[in-house]
Amino acid sequence: MKTIQVATTINGDAVEFVCAPDEPLLDVLRNRLGLTGAKEGCGTGDCGACTVTLDGRMVCSCLVLGVEVEGAKITTIEGMATGNQLHPLQQAFLDHAALQCGICTPGILVAAKTLLDRNPNPTDTELRYWLAGNLCRCTGYDKIIAAVQDAAQKMRTA
Amino acid sequence: MQYAKPTTAAEAARLLSAASGVTRVLAGGTDVLVQLKAGMVEPDLIVDIKHIPGIRTLQAEAGGFRIGAAVSGAELGEHAALCAAWPGVTEGAQLIGSKQVQGRCSMVGNLCNASPAGDAVPGLVAANATVRVEGPNGTRDVAVHAIPASPGKTTLQKGEIITSIFLPARAPRSSDAYLRFIPRSEMDIAVASAGVNLTLDAAGTITAARVALGAVAPTVLLVDACAKAIIGTKLDATALAALEKAASAACKPIDDKRGTIEFRTKVAGVLARRAAVIAYGRAGGKL
Repeated sequence: MKTIQVATTINGDAVEFVCAPDEPLLDVLRNRLGLTGAKEGCGTGDCGACTVTLDGRMVCSCLVLGVEVEGAKITTIEGMATGNQLHPLQQAFLDHAALQCGICTPGILVAAKTLLDRNPNPTDTELRYWLAGNLCRCTGYDKIIAAVQDAAQKMRTA
Repeated sequence: MQYAKPTTAAEAARLLSAASGVTRVLAGGTDVLVQLKAGMVEPDLIVDIKHIPGIRTLQAEAGGFRIGAAVSGAELGEHAALCAAWPGVTEGAQLIGSKQVQGRCSMVGNLCNASPAGDAVPGLVAANATVRVEGPNGTRDVAVHAIPASPGKTTLQKGEIITSIFLPARAPRSSDAYLRFIPRSEMDIAVASAGVNLTLDAAGTITAARVALGAVAPTVLLVDACAKAIIGTKLDATALAALEKAASAACKPIDDKRGTIEFRTKVAGVLARRAAVIAYGRAGGKL
């Protein structure tokens, strides 16, 4: 299959890659660019483990073709911390033990940040609906909700 | 597989017409990429229509709205004027998938996927929305209701694509509502659904109605008997009972893992009744 050259921006950096026309963005990120934060859970848009933002919108990177992101702006979990300084959401997930196996965590962090960027003070109900597309099989979600609310509170008063 | 991103609808039509193998049209990709992953389809050509001018634009037109074929559910939900005029259409579209899926999925994609359970379709049928079809033989406007042919199949001809949806101007005291039944609170496919679109006169009497049912037949049903049951009424208990009965009578569902024939038939009637009550209130009616 003929590969196609794509120029895009990931976490603020200009990036060029080649990929097959039917190759999902998730596979490009993980296998061609070494950005292994986004995970493949289901590969069909049900679990949210591969969540990234594409031109400011939250998407499942398993449901985007690599060739579609020519000229786009992508953010991934790798762009969340500033150097060694964790994002308040990342710190809150550690403080609240809001993860066990961790497979869902990058997607949940990207999704939670996208919500807090739009709505810095969500209710628990708004938060749970927003994260309905991020499945976690370990935690039972309560610690995730507590962590995001703690981070939101710290970000509001920062 | 080849990937093409034409910059005009005419070019897209040419590419799709000339293709000899399996083709797929790509907008938000939330159905196409799932089909690829599952191995349900191995396209020879994917035509990404998102670079066609207007395909990602939502704008006022002739008192109504023209919605480009690749406008996402998230964009619909953020358009205050559209949500105010067509709350039933927009709430249906926003029930599709997760927030991540909403970032990409489109109403036209939901329509062309041609599932009888698509959450965007009953609201559009009740709204009497039309789609603009562009293809090798030019451009035509078609009722949304005429697009689905059977599960997974549309009436579009080879080389034709839908480039936009048009929602018409609203008469005063008009509104709509959409309800579906799923066994959980989010992220599921309708077992049965109903879209109701009403216009009232100043006294609250229904002067026009369209009722559409989803997931209870091979395609979304537009049920004239439901409209007849409530036109000329103020949606009193007798009218609501007649509406429910007409809706259930129109159902031709299947038994499957999501629901039985009996359940779908019953629930479609209940949903039609409840959606009518919501639409009536939104249109300014008092029960």
